[in-house]
Amino acid sequence: MLRFLTRRTIGAAFILLIVAAVTFFLFFAVPADPARLACGKVCPPETLAQARHNLGLDQPIFVQFVEWLAGIFVGREYEGLGHCPAPCLGYSFVNREPVFETIIDRLPVTLSLTIGASVVFLIFGIGTGIVAALKQGKPLDKIASVSSLVGASVQIYFIGTLAMYFLVFQWQVIERPRYVPLTEDPIGWAYGLMLPWVVLAIIFTANYTRMTRSTMVEQLGEDYVRTARAKGMSGRTVVMRFALRGTLTPLATIFGIDLASLIGGAIITETTFSLQGIGRLSIQSVTNSDLPMLMATVLLAAAAIVVLNVIVDALYAVIDPRVRLS
Amino acid sequence: MQPLLELKGLTKYFPVTGGFIFKRQVGNVHAVDGVDLKVGEGETVGLVGESGCGKSTLGRLAARLYEPTFGKVLYRGQDISTASRRELKPIRPEIQMIFQDPYSSLNPRQTVGAIISGPMEINGINPPGGHEKRVRELLETVGLNPEHYNRFPHEFSGGQRQRIGIARALALNPKLIIADEPVSALDVSIQAQVINLLQELQRDLGIAFLFIAHDLAVVRHFSQRVAVMYLGKVVEVGDRESIYLRPRHPYTHALLSAVPEATVEDEPRQRIRLAGDVPSPINPPTGCRFRTRCWKAQERCAEEAPPLIQLAGNREGHLTACHFPEAPTTSGEDVVLDPALA
Amino acid sequence: MTAVTFTETGPGRRGDSFLSVQDLHVSFSTEDGVVKAVDGLSFEVEKGTTLGIVGESGSGKSVTNLAILGLHNSEHAEIGGEIWFEDQELVGASRGTLERLRGNRIAMIFQDPLTALSPFHTIGRQIGEVYRKHKGTSKREARDRAIEMLERVGIPNAKVRVDDYPHHFSGGMRQRVMIAMALVCDPALVIADEPTTALDVTVQAQILDLLKDLQDQMGTSIILITHDLGVVAQTAHNVLVMYAGRAVERGTVREVLGTPRHPYTWGLLSSVPRLGSSVDVPLKPVRGTPPSLLNPPPGCRFHPRCDYRNLVGPDLCSTEQPELSPERGHGDACYLTLQQKQEIHTQLMEGR
Repeated sequence: MLRFLTRRTIGAAFILLIVAAVTFFLFFAVPADPARLACGKVCPPETLAQARHNLGLDQPIFVQFVEWLAGIFVGREYEGLGHCPAPCLGYSFVNREPVFETIIDRLPVTLSLTIGASVVFLIFGIGTGIVAALKQGKPLDKIASVSSLVGASVQIYFIGTLAMYFLVFQWQVIERPRYVPLTEDPIGWAYGLMLPWVVLAIIFTANYTRMTRSTMVEQLGEDYVRTARAKGMSGRTVVMRFALRGTLTPLATIFGIDLASLIGGAIITETTFSLQGIGRLSIQSVTNSDLPMLMATVLLAAAAIVVLNVIVDALYAVIDPRVRLS
Repeated sequence: MQPLLELKGLTKYFPVTGGFIFKRQVGNVHAVDGVDLKVGEGETVGLVGESGCGKSTLGRLAARLYEPTFGKVLYRGQDISTASRRELKPIRPEIQMIFQDPYSSLNPRQTVGAIISGPMEINGINPPGGHEKRVRELLETVGLNPEHYNRFPHEFSGGQRQRIGIARALALNPKLIIADEPVSALDVSIQAQVINLLQELQRDLGIAFLFIAHDLAVVRHFSQRVAVMYLGKVVEVGDRESIYLRPRHPYTHALLSAVPEATVEDEPRQRIRLAGDVPSPINPPTGCRFRTRCWKAQERCAEEAPPLIQLAGNREGHLTACHFPEAPTTSGEDVVLDPALA
Repeated sequence: MTAVTFTETGPGRRGDSFLSVQDLHVSFSTEDGVVKAVDGLSFEVEKGTTLGIVGESGSGKSVTNLAILGLHNSEHAEIGGEIWFEDQELVGASRGTLERLRGNRIAMIFQDPLTALSPFHTIGRQIGEVYRKHKGTSKREARDRAIEMLERVGIPNAKVRVDDYPHHFSGGMRQRVMIAMALVCDPALVIADEPTTALDVTVQAQILDLLKDLQDQMGTSIILITHDLGVVAQTAHNVLVMYAGRAVERGTVREVLGTPRHPYTWGLLSSVPRLGSSVDVPLKPVRGTPPSLLNPPPGCRFHPRCDYRNLVGPDLCSTEQPELSPERGHGDACYLTLQQKQEIHTQLMEGR
């Protein structure tokens, strides 16, 4: 297990390095000049040069990249802004704030959104999947199939916008989504995020219902499930302890992908519900040509995907003792 | 006389990979390890052994579906184990295989006609009267209705499918058929039909057979000579009578004694019950491979692998690989090694 | 005061048989129609003995035994007839009743121990949970009992191996684990469904002997389902030969294997080569293939494949379904006269 994690961590770091490099060099391929933006409307050449120097843009791209990279591990000195301790992701070109602090400030919003929604759609998805599998061909199964199909075919920006328009603005049954820190007011936190959770759950539950149902049906036909029944295990035990265990592996796979895409795709969710998370941040950084901020958000999304992949692979071994990590 | 097929020191290792960061080879599955065996023209040779003994791998090596790690496969004196595609071309049609599973060895999307005429087309053989006529003849030969030319495999029962597989093997007029467990997937009453068919073909067409099976009685019924394999090695080989009535290797004794006979015996047979299962072919025991389950094993068995030789009292061609062979009889004292049975 | 004891005996109970199956029917509804997997089957198992049920695929032998434990899906399977076990009628018994019996009074051993054991749980847990469920013991006691059972079936180093998963064991050892699991509650009846078919011949011999040994020690009754008459000859006391969902012959091992009376039994016996039979005589297979259970042939289900139906006279075999007769002892379901059967069998055995 330890060997596996070491190996995969090295691999993950390598991938993140490549993602960072590609993002960095792509940024300079785009004809936008952050120095000119920072300089203001009336921008004399000497001020522009000074701004360029202050932002470190007067150095060769490669040197800039290495300095940015080194900053993450050992921190970095900025002229006029002082020391930026490790992990230093630089200062925003726009508001001269340390990028790291902004990220830390915004991350809870995105995490609350995704993790909260995950809990909702896991419970509902797996629950209805089990029920549908046990009631194959019965009305309940059919309702589950149809509704999951509907859920799977709608998009967040469609159903989310509809929900915002009708529920919040038109009928005013629920307040506008907002973020209250969990530590300050747990009830307010849950209430504020309820609408996005429900909307995300409607979309994602479908996948889990279908996946749980089909694997469960398969598992219920397995020899070892029959053995469990032949041993006199109660129906509940057979389903929960034996059959469900076999459905966890495929569920872990799609959950890893979904969670990563929720974090990576926070742009759409947060824009739809106007929440100030990482997703909004990344859009703003693109429009503002804010290189340090953009690097940070891209890297964060990439890290989420890579790390979740490693976790899912490690989970396989926990779920199924036959899987040996090597 | 030159044998039709001769295996010399034939060895096949399958690599086992593993390792940290980079995959590397950490061991070998010793599937077949230094096997010598001959099959004469028109002769039927049976190959018996339990799962993991390498009998199927040996069959595939002989048909050159695998390339050996070491050793040679001589067909009419020509080494085919290293032959190129072009050199193999005239030989391929003469060696055919029949597989165990009649369900997965036939392409479900092809008609019976296409399945059987496929080998002829690939090898550019145009029989007089055309492919279809030949296929119909073959269907008749194997006891199927020639009118079923255009049907698909799923329309046939297991036994009928195995007949289709046999017809396909016969299409190229082979000199040697390697039959890998051809009846073990079939119901008892159907097995006999297929065995009888193979025997008729063998007699009428003079085809040599390498007949691979785990059922000792079936092998006895079909084969003139029999080789017994254990963990990649031939432990005993000889004519049918020698192997079944005067076996010398303890493993052959154990196998024969374990066969459940469908008769109620008044005098119980010799009862040999080994302990445990066959060891892993990844790390086979040193010396004699059977020694870990053998009641006669001594130190020498661990140090020195016994050669396959003709023991004193054995008939010509009856070879045994054992340092401490048993008496040439099937009625001896009971040997019970399984602790749960003691 | 006088005590009057009434012993309720079910209509199907006779003698000292403690399992009695009477006129069992099992049918499944499929897209193509109704499959009559078992059609009017009756048999009995006596205490402490082994009944071998022999038949080929589709003969209904496995279906019958899943019916005893009520393991068929009640939505697809229709079950009729009576199954009496220790004064209880099992057809239509409540789920709770069946759950209390399963693994406790009646246990099963399946063909392929690799798929029949859960890959996700240690063998100690899988064996122990049966004991806990039925005996209400603590985890500790269940684990000790599991170790004891593993030792009993010959798993070396049981104290350590109890925490291993099924995939850590070889095929033969896995089947021993399965046997330990079946016997952990000391059941009165064990149903072994092709317990050695997936195993090698030397391992098969060990497992069959082990089953016999354990039966001697514990007095368990066994139903052994197999396609191999050899396995039956080695282990069973009584034999039931099944064909296409019906019993065609019944008797002691000596009777059925020594003086078989049904043409199908003859076919089974003469189609397998033996170590001692002549190799120059071709095998005598049964013609044709087993019938479809969607549309079984009328009359005797074996008649389309039977070589002797002309001896019976016109049409009887293809119109009237023969029943096992005589009702007790060595019985067979065939219209040939006893003398004819004896003559044909003697003829068949010549030259073997």
